[in-house]
Amino acid sequence: MTAPALQARGLVKRYGRVTAIDGADFDLLPGEVLAVVGDNGAGKSSLIKALSGALVPDEGTVLLDGVETHFHSPLDARHAGIETVHQTLALAPAMDIATNLFLGREIRRTGPLGSVLRLLDRGAMRQQAQEQLDALGIETVQHIGQLVETLSGGQRQAVAVARAAMFGRKMVIMDEPTAALGVKESGQVLDLIRRIRDRGLPVVLISHDMPQVFEIADRIHVHRLGRRAAVVRPADATMSQVVSLMTGALRPGDPDAPPNLVDT
Amino acid sequence: MSVTEKAAPSLRNRSAEAFLHNPALGPLAALLVAIVVFSVTTSTFLTVDNLSLVVQQSLVVATLALGQTLIVLTGGIDLANAAIMVLGTMVLAKLVIGGSSSVVALVAGFLVCAALGAVSGGLVTWLNLPPFIVTLGMLTVVLAAGRLYSEGNSFPVTDNLLGVLGEGGYLFGQIRVTHGMTLAVVMFAVTWYALTRTAWGRHVYALGNDPEAARLTGIHVGRTRFSVYLVAGVIYAFAAWQALGRIPNADPNAFQTGNLDSITAVVIGGTSLFGGRGSVLGTVVGALIVAVLRSGLTQAGIDSLYQDVATGVLVIAAVAFDQIVRRRSR
Repeated sequence: MTAPALQARGLVKRYGRVTAIDGADFDLLPGEVLAVVGDNGAGKSSLIKALSGALVPDEGTVLLDGVETHFHSPLDARHAGIETVHQTLALAPAMDIATNLFLGREIRRTGPLGSVLRLLDRGAMRQQAQEQLDALGIETVQHIGQLVETLSGGQRQAVAVARAAMFGRKMVIMDEPTAALGVKESGQVLDLIRRIRDRGLPVVLISHDMPQVFEIADRIHVHRLGRRAAVVRPADATMSQVVSLMTGALRPGDPDAPPNLVDT
Repeated sequence: MSVTEKAAPSLRNRSAEAFLHNPALGPLAALLVAIVVFSVTTSTFLTVDNLSLVVQQSLVVATLALGQTLIVLTGGIDLANAAIMVLGTMVLAKLVIGGSSSVVALVAGFLVCAALGAVSGGLVTWLNLPPFIVTLGMLTVVLAAGRLYSEGNSFPVTDNLLGVLGEGGYLFGQIRVTHGMTLAVVMFAVTWYALTRTAWGRHVYALGNDPEAARLTGIHVGRTRFSVYLVAGVIYAFAAWQALGRIPNADPNAFQTGNLDSITAVVIGGTSLFGGRGSVLGTVVGALIVAVLRSGLTQAGIDSLYQDVATGVLVIAAVAFDQIVRRRSR
């Protein structure tokens, strides 16, 4: 087995008496799309927050490319090359696409114009933004100077995904990227996810949409009661088997359970 | 070949579209209409002397409105700006009268205004208090502090440096350009540059748009918000200097509606009170509209109370327009 891009072992997070993460393990392999599924309250989002620096686990270790890392804020994770596409997208509606792509990471002009006068290199940012959209095949937007508020839901999602793909050096985490989208736009976002994977960037996809998960995921991480219940391949399992694993109706060792790829 | 054919018209459309969508365009049209109307209906409005006077009269409020614009862009509001400025004029005047050098007085005035801006900013940023309430409290406190500090007196200023912004030479032999006008142009230009050409400016707009989104993109929201109030405080100190150039007398009861006048200029200039949209260019136009309206209505012999009515109607119309634009963009 290839070394994981990101590995977590024995993560624990407690809030008073509530245990949100109860000794969870996690493995993301290079170049894969890993779907994370689980019932509401299973602790999916806590797990993802721990991996993206939004919460600091009480126990356990996180290894990025085999090196132990401790994220204390989302910025730490970002600096380490982990990008997150939030459900809210985190876009500024009254600003244009190029500005949004570089928000918080603006490029300044070289020389004294940039270092003394802090002048932004708008041309370079527009060009790189355009290249990024072209590379990801996002053709639905008319031009890079369009305001985000004039875009459709799918286009906005595409902008947020493009930003993550642009700056993610290690992995991209997507939180329910198609939850607010129609069928056609969802399909476009799935295409985007494939293209990001094909560039070699692993993607963690949190989703409730089982057909979608089976369509795109290379492996499925099933989360239950604050820990990893199983990891299965879509080809080895049926949707109802995965749902049974999520709810506990089926256990990984059961005779009619799909092959579990990890020890649990 | 097909690429150039396709690209050229779309580029032209784009700049035309951007021009038509420039939020300062509506206010600019209103300003031009007002100038034309008053030029036609009165014989005294369109004279070099009067126009120069209109600009001079709008300088203090325009400078206050510049700081106000920054704060409104973050989704805040500053009710205390004129009070801070008035306190600034008294610090300047009293120190000079007490025998300090004018440079020392200026430094002290700037420090006081900046510190008061920082207090507002600190309360808004780190105690998460609503800007309306914080600056309402600051307004009361600073007004009272000014009256205590002045002991009910006003202070005439004869100092050269403190009054310098009211002086100035003539352009083309006729148009009087005061140093205050030059300073205002420079300040608006610098603020425009900072807002539109630096990362700081983009962060100001972004946090006005959606603070949570700004935080998630890695912007230091707190630091940026605080810096806006601090910069606004410094701008109010410039307004204090402008005020002494215009009327060389520091009066604790001056500019009692300066805060509302500055909000009026900002709003008429097309900056959204909901934050994240607007420009300093719009604020220049907004301040000029108010000044032109006042001057023109005076020249036309209309009672000053009706001038207030006109200004009030304009403010409400501007906000209504902003609402409609926002609703349509949803």
